[in-house]
Amino acid sequence: MSVNEKKDFTPTIVAFCCNWCSYAGADLSGTNRLQYPANVKIIRVPCSCRVNPMFILRAFQRGADGVIICGCHPGDCHYTTGNYYARRRMTMLFSMLDFLGIERNRTRLEWVSAAEGAKFAATMNDFVSQITELGPNRRLEDLRCRK
Amino acid sequence: MQEVIKKRAIELLSDGTVTRVLGWKKGEFAYDVTPAVFETAEEIERDFVYDDFTAANVSKYLMKETAKAEGKVLAFLKPCDTYSFNQLVTEHKINREKTYLIGIPCEGKADVNKIKAAGAEGIVGIRAEGDNFVVETLYGDVTAAKKDVMAERCLSCKSKKHTAYDELIGEDGEVIPDCGRFDLVEKLEGMTSAERFEFWRGELSRCIRCNACRNVCPACTCEQCVFDNPNSGIAQKAAADTFEEKMFHIIRAYHVAGRCTDCGECSRVCPEQIPLHLLNRKFIKDMNELYGEYQAGEEEGVVSPLTSYTFDDCEPGVVHERGAE
Repeated sequence: MSVNEKKDFTPTIVAFCCNWCSYAGADLSGTNRLQYPANVKIIRVPCSCRVNPMFILRAFQRGADGVIICGCHPGDCHYTTGNYYARRRMTMLFSMLDFLGIERNRTRLEWVSAAEGAKFAATMNDFVSQITELGPNRRLEDLRCRK
Repeated sequence: MQEVIKKRAIELLSDGTVTRVLGWKKGEFAYDVTPAVFETAEEIERDFVYDDFTAANVSKYLMKETAKAEGKVLAFLKPCDTYSFNQLVTEHKINREKTYLIGIPCEGKADVNKIKAAGAEGIVGIRAEGDNFVVETLYGDVTAAKKDVMAERCLSCKSKKHTAYDELIGEDGEVIPDCGRFDLVEKLEGMTSAERFEFWRGELSRCIRCNACRNVCPACTCEQCVFDNPNSGIAQKAAADTFEEKMFHIIRAYHVAGRCTDCGECSRVCPEQIPLHLLNRKFIKDMNELYGEYQAGEEEGVVSPLTSYTFDDCEPGVVHERGAE
């Protein structure tokens, strides 16, 4: 892929954000007028452990180029322990995707608190540039889901 | 062995300890031995089979059988089947009170595909002789070394130990720690990401979505399965030469992660001979490495790594830092 082609590629990123920390963090980055790319589609979930691994696969199947899950820092979960379960689940899923030969770094898990607006924007900027570098998701896309 | 098992089954049936016997009977051919429920001594005398083709894990059938009101069920379990049994009891899927278990020894089962590849046609029977299987065919006996024609899961058997039983026929064995069951997984982990993708594309593109791996799996016990949703848009059968069913296999393996007892039935029943157990073994290996040694079904009532946590678990990023890119 040439440099020019890469420039034309705008990835679709799905970000699952927990209602209590990361979604508020995203809100804070907005009120602070911090820039992050518009191709990050935020899906609000009650807790990072609400994210069924199938949600992530579904996003990839329908053409997402990268999926990031954001939750409260370990120990800060609104439901006390949700993010601890999410951490194990996501570890297993990322490892399986890697085992199947899906490019690494298409998935990420990041802890973002409600006070970390700047971290949210920085994380999204970094993730988008990482996925832009990787190019479009071909290995997990399902043609039957193309509209 | 078959005669000993039959005799004991008839004894327990006639003295009223059990009302039904879960075992195996011959299918259309000598090698497609299928699970069956026997209710009378005559049926057992006539149809009961236990030989080196008798590979099916009958634990899952106990779910339905113990849900019935009347009487106890007698089941014959090989060591790997007892793991599945324990896991199902742990998940409250089997009523232990309604079962009578007899542990039977297993020296590894023959893989009929390998036997056919070794040149046997018109197979009518099989017997083990030392390190060989002697396959009886219409055209005479064919002898093949066990290590060449045994099922892959049996070559890397993790345990000869029965983890649940009421009585045993023969001697109980031991867990085999250095069975090498993760060797193939490790080999794949050593490849680059592009090589791994090509490997799995080659394997999974043969999938015809027959759902046999799901149906046979003793860990797949949901009453309503996520794959039976006609609105998902992906429920139809797959074309046999495309790679569209990868999601099915990721989800299938993930749904049984932490509950898979590594019995290898998924690979045994696959009509396309896809090594599906490698996906499950990858999960087992990861959980062992990251969260401590754990084998589902080893003991009854143990909590799986995916339904528990510790405060200092690793972050998911570590899996991206391991091995080759």
